[in-house]
Amino acid sequence: MKKFLNHVDHMLTESLSGFAAAHHDLVTLQLEPTFIARKHKAQNKVALISGGGSGHEPLHAGYVGKGMLDAACPGQVFTSPTPDQMLAAAEAVHAGQGVLFIVKNYAGDVMNFEMAAEMLPFAHATVLTADDCAVVNSTYTTGRRGVAGTVIVEKCVGSLADSGADLASCKALGDKINQHTSSIGVALTSCTVPAAGRPTFDITDSEIEMGVGIHGEPGRRREPMRDADAMIADMVAAIVHDFTAKQLPTQGDILLLVNGLGATPLMELYLIYNTAARLLTAKGFQITRSLVGNYTTAIDMAGASLTVCLLDDEIQQHWDSPVHTVGLRWGC
Amino acid sequence: MISSEQLTHYIYAVRSAILAHEADIECLDREIGDGDHYINMKRGCEAIAGLAEALTKLPLVDALNSIGMKLLSTIGGASGPLFASFFIGMSKTLKVNGPDSAMHIAAAFDAGVQAIMQRGKAQAGEKTMLDVLIPVAETFKSLAAQGKSTREIAGILKQVAIEGVESTRSMLATKGRASGLGERVIGHLDAGAKSCQVMIHAVCDQVLDEQSRQPAP
Repeated sequence: MKKFLNHVDHMLTESLSGFAAAHHDLVTLQLEPTFIARKHKAQNKVALISGGGSGHEPLHAGYVGKGMLDAACPGQVFTSPTPDQMLAAAEAVHAGQGVLFIVKNYAGDVMNFEMAAEMLPFAHATVLTADDCAVVNSTYTTGRRGVAGTVIVEKCVGSLADSGADLASCKALGDKINQHTSSIGVALTSCTVPAAGRPTFDITDSEIEMGVGIHGEPGRRREPMRDADAMIADMVAAIVHDFTAKQLPTQGDILLLVNGLGATPLMELYLIYNTAARLLTAKGFQITRSLVGNYTTAIDMAGASLTVCLLDDEIQQHWDSPVHTVGLRWGC
Repeated sequence: MISSEQLTHYIYAVRSAILAHEADIECLDREIGDGDHYINMKRGCEAIAGLAEALTKLPLVDALNSIGMKLLSTIGGASGPLFASFFIGMSKTLKVNGPDSAMHIAAAFDAGVQAIMQRGKAQAGEKTMLDVLIPVAETFKSLAAQGKSTREIAGILKQVAIEGVESTRSMLATKGRASGLGERVIGHLDAGAKSCQVMIHAVCDQVLDEQSRQPAP
């Protein structure tokens, strides 16, 4: 393992301290219990709090700020934060209108946020994101994973919450976007959890992991490496299939997010966008909004995910509204 | 009857055992998990070992509750709430019954396992730690009810824990990070089940060691 590292036990704190120092105009950092909050506390609105294991930067701390989250609770690398972090964050950013947790659907995140919610002295609700269509949902599993689609939920619900909407409306929009969104990832290499010191899984130069999760969880299939077009065609097909399974139309306006998993250069991400956009347009979609870059990473994994969100007027309006965070900024 | 002082011996024994099994636990988690289980277990063990001195001053019921609360704010992931629920659940039941017989300890252990099932919304047969914990709890209750000796109970529970972890090999995972993998998990042992077996062995070995040092009746 070759990483910029002093001591593995201090890595997270040193990184968060750097983040807070670099972006002191936008955020503040609290340690033990650890959370990142907006520099200027918002007033009289639903407080939006997310969190999850570290290693997915800029998710979630990079989305704290005007028009998105009020606070984010970073856990250890790939490990959900603990309930005391969510309680401390809620205490700090609660602004009289209740607390909405945005939680990626993983057993650990769900349980820790659930225990925090049980102890919370405020009105609260939770939006679970589960956009990864690589994992087939069934009553027998924990369900689909929350991946890069979470960024769209945080952006749009953040906009709605900043406009003064109530807790129930914010939750309803979050649930709708989750329902309208499907993602699938592919890994060319593994990632290396710093504390583990070696790659999470073994994969040769001639193989890919189709349907990989953002923690390097193996996907559904180990496949031979192929041309980009062939891999992307399978990913688009999986998303279209998922839209059909969710009884969503396979035409209309969409937002296409091509997300890098950490070690894939923008040059390749734009190549992926080029193919994905062509295939989705051929299926009958109109790509009216797009985003390409590293928005939900898996440490240093080479790979990418595709996320398609079916837009309606409400989602599009909240996607377009001004946002000023470390990870997303437009309109202000 | 378990004193708080004995509890601290168990804590150190569990920490040593987890550290000694780093390679196996990590390897299992890398195969079908996401590679953080050992690190989380180690962080939890270190936190509780750091608390051990203070725990000797507390009644067992309070010591177990403190362990649960510390784990809840230290581990994170799925292991944090699950192990926290175990110790808090165990403490609650001991508070009602008192820790003065093997049957009461077994009932408290079982209550801890029930608390894990509730928090994780999981059952036996889902390729998780419960495939070790449930059979151990059941056997513990039944052996204690039959009035078996401490030595005999500890020996049998070790065997049941081994069988439990082996039983996960042929299972499909329907809970946790491995649940997305379908049939690819068959043939692999569950890392959480392995950690539980390692911890149960550490405590049982410590108990057997205490027993062997007691003068014969």
